Amino acid sequence: MAIIEVKNLHKIYDETNVPVKAVNGIDLKVEKGEFTAIVGPSGSGKTTLLNMIGGLDKPTKGEVVINDTKIHDLKSKDMINFRLMNIGFVFQAYNLIPVLTAKENVAFIMELQKVSRKDRNQRAMELLRNTGIGDKANYRPGDLSGGQQQRVSVARALASKPQFILADEPTANLDSKSTADLLDMMLEMNRESEITFIFSTHDQRVIDRAWRVVTIEDGKISSDKTREN
Amino acid sequence: MIWSIAWRNVWRNKLRSLVIMLAVIFGLVGGIFSVALMNGMMEQMITSSIQTQLSNIQIHHPDFLTNNDVRYNIPQANEVAEKVSNSEHVMAVSQHISTQAMASTATTGTGVMIIGINPEKEAGVTTINKNLVDGNYFEEEIRSQPIVVGKDLAHTLNAELGKKVVISIQNMDSMITRGAFRIVGIFETNNSMFDESTVFVMKDDLASLIGMNPKHATEIMVRLDENKYTGQVAGALKKKFPKLKVQTWMDIKPEFELFNSWTQQMLYLFLLLILFGLAFGIVNAMLMAVMERVKEIGMLMAVGMTKKRVFAMIMLETIFLSVTGGIIGILGGYALVEYFGTAGINLSVVSEGLQAVGYASIAYPTVESSYYFIVGLMVVFTALIASIYPARKALKLKPAEAIREEA
Repeated sequence: MAIIEVKNLHKIYDETNVPVKAVNGIDLKVEKGEFTAIVGPSGSGKTTLLNMIGGLDKPTKGEVVINDTKIHDLKSKDMINFRLMNIGFVFQAYNLIPVLTAKENVAFIMELQKVSRKDRNQRAMELLRNTGIGDKANYRPGDLSGGQQQRVSVARALASKPQFILADEPTANLDSKSTADLLDMMLEMNRESEITFIFSTHDQRVIDRAWRVVTIEDGKISSDKTREN
Repeated sequence: MIWSIAWRNVWRNKLRSLVIMLAVIFGLVGGIFSVALMNGMMEQMITSSIQTQLSNIQIHHPDFLTNNDVRYNIPQANEVAEKVSNSEHVMAVSQHISTQAMASTATTGTGVMIIGINPEKEAGVTTINKNLVDGNYFEEEIRSQPIVVGKDLAHTLNAELGKKVVISIQNMDSMITRGAFRIVGIFETNNSMFDESTVFVMKDDLASLIGMNPKHATEIMVRLDENKYTGQVAGALKKKFPKLKVQTWMDIKPEFELFNSWTQQMLYLFLLLILFGLAFGIVNAMLMAVMERVKEIGMLMAVGMTKKRVFAMIMLETIFLSVTGGIIGILGGYALVEYFGTAGINLSVVSEGLQAVGYASIAYPTVESSYYFIVGLMVVFTALIASIYPARKALKLKPAEAIREEA
């Protein structure tokens, strides 16, 4: 069963009085446990699509259904709560809180979910160990490399036990080794824990390792290929 | 954790936060000290007036105050004074015969207020005996009638210790009579107007000069152990002596009370203006802090931080920034006020001008301890107000756009 269902999704920006169709009628289903890359050139609409799936942007037309919830029908406050409980985010620039340590960055999401201090500290450490940076738990982001920061970012995304993780160009700022290590780690999590990952990327290294690749051009899906395992 | 994030964010840009904190610290230290100085000078002026001229309570014949006519006096004033001195909180009672007169020397003359006193009783009511700069306080036995005059008056009359002063005065029959007095003491208070127009003589001498029964008095001065009981004791005395006019120092000098309450209001207004100015600095600093963290705030909103929490975080940051400076500022102000409240500030450079309006040349700054608490609340309130605009700015961010914002 699909955990994400995108139906006839449109997004038209009209900021300069010249309507721009960023997303122009996309239908997409994502099953649990998929490792999907949404690819396409710059301006093709992949980030806009990801933002609408993540509830960060409202579609002009169409709907996004996540586990039977039409998320864009939710009120603003309910939408924030829905994101907190169901969606993990990994950003291109990591976007960690610089004044918190790696552990605190991960635990912070669980605090928003009102998890007890003991449980969130325990889980934060567990996640940091799983992402390979348990020994850096008390480091602040400024003291970590880009690859390490992105690992903290993945740990943070996993902290809320989300239905799926949306990663917007997660490897764009990483070198080859860090990218390979990060992908290894995420693929392992995907295989072992059936965590669903959806990427927007134009990084060939990610595309090569994703088992489903959805290509978007001019706001429409131009191809949707699934690799045989 | 939101408290922890807010506190750590304050120290993210140390220089900027320190500049704002220093502004708050100096603003508050300067504000509190100025206010304490103003308040201290005001309190000193009132206390000095009570100690030298007014006392806490005065009792007169109801018609005396119309034109200081000695015929409207208190008969059997001894008995009234006796009863008053038995009242609660009364520390000392003194009887006066006071009226207008003309004081003359061989070269010049001037109008004065002449006050006939019993020096022993008077010493419990006023501090003139302690304000002598020359001579003594009716202690020396001389053949002629003794008089104690203000320093400025002595100067006006070209008189000095041992010199004769002739007092021309209206007697009980409304006739002008004269008496010769010899200067035995010269006093100086904080109020040059008082010093320039007041003389003290023995009550019996004055009674004899104007033909008044020495048991009578034109006024009875009452000093209390604490000024705060003035209203309460005056109320009791009014009931006890319904035929006499019982007045507090506030009734006699309503301008003091007015000036006092005006000063109290100014204390807060002055600090409010300082905080108002500081609020702009705080808003500016917080606005910069928010604009520098657009991406981070966008991420927080994206991952599930409610607008209420984002608002609270910015508000807490502003409060921490202001209150840290506020606490140091209040403590600094307190230390300065405490130090100079004991050591005093010598304002002798401008003492002539100050004494003309009744201020002392050494000022002792003071404020009620509750003032510091209220200032603390005002700082928190200012921080709350100052945080609203930056916090609202943060709330207007759209997560999807903010996350991709270039730093």
